[in-house]
Amino acid sequence: MNQTETMTQLDALEAQSVYILREAYRSFKDLVMLWSIGKDSTVLLWLARKAFFGHVPIPLMHIDTNFKIKEMIEYRDRFAKEWKLNMIVGQNVDALSRKQTFPDGGLGRIDCCKKLKSEALKHTLSGEWPRWVMNHTTGSYDKQENGDAFTGVIVGARADEEGSRSKERYFSPRDQQSEWDIAEQPPEMWNQFNTDFAPGTHIRIHPLLDWTELNIWQYIKREDIPIIDLYFDNGSGKRYRSLGCAPCTGQVESTAKNVADIIEELKSGKFSNIAERSGRRQDAEDDGGLETLRRDGYM
Amino acid sequence: MEYDKKNEQTQQHERQKMNIVIIGHVDHGKSTLVGRLLADTHSLPEGKLEEVKSRCAKNARPFEYAFLLDALKDEQAQGITIDSARCFFHSDKREYILIDAPGHIEFLKNMISGAARAEAAVLVIDAHEGIQENSRRHGYLLSMLGIRQIVVAVNKMDLMNYSQAVFDRVQNEYAAFLSQIQVTAQHFIPVSAREGDFISQRSSIMDWYDGPTILEALDEFEKEPASVHQPLRFPVQDIYKFTAQGDDRRIIAGQIETGQLAVGDEVIFYPSKKRSKIASIEAFNVPTPPKAYAGQSVGVTLFEQIYIQPGEIMFRGDQTPPQTSTQLKINLFWLGKEPMIFNKRYLLKLGTARVPVWLRQINTVLDASELNTELNRRHIERHDVAECVLETLKPVAFDLTTEIAQTGRFVLIDNYHIAGGGVILDVARDQLDLTAEHVRQREKNWRRSRITASMRQTRLNQQSTLVVISGPAETGKSQAAQMLEEKLFEAGKQVYYLGIENSLPGIDSDLSHENLRDEYIHRLGETAHLFTDAGLILIATVSDLAEYELNILKTLNRPGDTVVVGIGSKTLSDPLLDLDLNETMNTENASTKIANLLTERHYLPEYYL
Repeated sequence: MNQTETMTQLDALEAQSVYILREAYRSFKDLVMLWSIGKDSTVLLWLARKAFFGHVPIPLMHIDTNFKIKEMIEYRDRFAKEWKLNMIVGQNVDALSRKQTFPDGGLGRIDCCKKLKSEALKHTLSGEWPRWVMNHTTGSYDKQENGDAFTGVIVGARADEEGSRSKERYFSPRDQQSEWDIAEQPPEMWNQFNTDFAPGTHIRIHPLLDWTELNIWQYIKREDIPIIDLYFDNGSGKRYRSLGCAPCTGQVESTAKNVADIIEELKSGKFSNIAERSGRRQDAEDDGGLETLRRDGYM
Repeated sequence: MEYDKKNEQTQQHERQKMNIVIIGHVDHGKSTLVGRLLADTHSLPEGKLEEVKSRCAKNARPFEYAFLLDALKDEQAQGITIDSARCFFHSDKREYILIDAPGHIEFLKNMISGAARAEAAVLVIDAHEGIQENSRRHGYLLSMLGIRQIVVAVNKMDLMNYSQAVFDRVQNEYAAFLSQIQVTAQHFIPVSAREGDFISQRSSIMDWYDGPTILEALDEFEKEPASVHQPLRFPVQDIYKFTAQGDDRRIIAGQIETGQLAVGDEVIFYPSKKRSKIASIEAFNVPTPPKAYAGQSVGVTLFEQIYIQPGEIMFRGDQTPPQTSTQLKINLFWLGKEPMIFNKRYLLKLGTARVPVWLRQINTVLDASELNTELNRRHIERHDVAECVLETLKPVAFDLTTEIAQTGRFVLIDNYHIAGGGVILDVARDQLDLTAEHVRQREKNWRRSRITASMRQTRLNQQSTLVVISGPAETGKSQAAQMLEEKLFEAGKQVYYLGIENSLPGIDSDLSHENLRDEYIHRLGETAHLFTDAGLILIATVSDLAEYELNILKTLNRPGDTVVVGIGSKTLSDPLLDLDLNETMNTENASTKIANLLTERHYLPEYYL
């Protein structure tokens, strides 16, 4: 928060996101926040600590595809403990055991995303599939069956990421099948959102919709948020710009070694005109692939 | 200070950002204009333009700039914009978010969602087709949404041989329309989005025009200053107490809509009319600030731990208060699939308040495209704009839209979704007070037995009344109430202590129970009415009763009497209290004082003790 009358762009973005998070917390009894471990949802988690004055009264959910880059899991568990997070992990155990995945050769990239991410997310949110909940006494995860369905799901999507995301509302209703009816979205105006939901439906909440990739990094710098170091070049001349599963996420050529370097690179350097998800291979597989996935519940 | 230095550094890297909405009738070229702006300012990702061009070539379709935006498959197939899409671009002056709003009437709600986020608008009119229904409707909605900065792009000039006469005709006609709704466009700009004339570059082809290009006009828009110099309006969003995490702060959270606040300020909450003083401004990861300003999402703690609810407006004691009423005269646009009708319960969201509401009166319905008004309408149809009267279940705090826009606007929920929105014009007459009306109906329909109140009074040797004891939590209210009950019972009186106040959300609850508490107050009022009608004395305790809650209780208990006792009460003003007791008084003394009062007021015969 700024301490003067004039708000900077980051101040305004922060204030709006905090307002949305508080509105979500006020409106939904069964609320959850998705944490992919990437920079966006980590900024979102930080904003929750802003909104609730150092606390995180909302459970965090991570869908573990089992193919995530190893450091991501270590980082997740470290901060879950340090910030006393109510950490929930979900997984498509069945598809993994039957090797119905892209890395195991059973599926294409898009179908693998559907199985390990979309389906795992949908059934973990609904409570049909087991959840693994961090036990802060033992430091490990306890299996939990028959959890309640989450009716409010907070997601770190940004409008500038990709075409379909630019059409999201801050509070977007999803129907029973988790489907997103783009043409029939209810209106949203001023600071009033659709916080009511019909039985069986749920709401996706997007507090970061107005942030750009650059805003995210500027905020990480301003707040000194501990971000996973996969984003930085550790001497190999390569780094991740976007995090995902190891087999489908490529590194980019870059010597950015810290947050300031990344900001510089985004503003005037080599990435100022190249889309962020260009390293994500599933996007390229069919025309508008991410949109197909998103209608189906992908984040 | 470390923080300030850090902040200053970031500020240097930050540029101003502005939200602009592009609106107008379907097919008038909004998406093309946006696509052209993105392409001409080199704001597209590398390779995007070539990619779309090659895809067009592959499918044997002529390339259009609009395709750059229509990222969704649906929209490419139909060739129209369904939802507001946001695009990011920047000029030399600042960053922009362009909101490409749909022009089709079917998607008016999407246009409104897009426009409500904007600070300024570009309204596109096709020079060939001229002014159409939605050119006018969108213009009208902009003024209702509170967007004052508008430029009009007269597009497709290439189809009209770049004729100045055509441009002048459109300009004159549309300027006349705007003046009817008190809007002035900053510029009318002749453009061809397809050819790129006067979008980001001037062209010699319309040498008769000497005004700015679209891009120059965007840069001319002014950033509206945050409303720090207006009176403080702080809608209470929530009240937090994270006791389980070892945090004892009781934090009132919200976003400051207008004005500023500082530690030590005397503040008042409407509609409860409770008062307190700012003890601190709380924040995470920065030093606690001494002051906070409009636009910031903050949290404050108070010196007096008063019970207030989310939805109230906090303002400063030395500034103009907001209004509070159950009767709102409003201007409304309706977007619901079902028409808005009388006698149906809707939910009003105003600031952070959420209150059940009914449509009570329709004054006029306006056809926003033609500006014709209709009288004597019985319902409000989709896309209608109506002046009407709403009545809320309980008082809400607000401002008139002409005074403070931010707290003078609202939305309505029907069937789980936002179905309408509008602005508050005035406070309507208070003749329809819902509770009083309910009591009138109740008393009218009540079947009276042949046993009258005075017969009961004689038999029971007492006059019935509700005794309500209020004050902060933990001040011995229920102990005093119990001892009073015992004393009266021992003296042979018909008395009952209704001891369920513990089921009420208390001062420390960190979840919002706003509707639960209202429901409790209503039930208590109805229950009290049964007891007093039966000739009994009912003793009830309620923590931190607000003035309007007391009024509801009293009204529902009518024609029965109500005696109000405060114990350490800071929330009710003196004239409302029949007896004001100090919280340090012991239970014995407190119950005796109340019994004496009941005797003085002749509820008990004088010789009872």
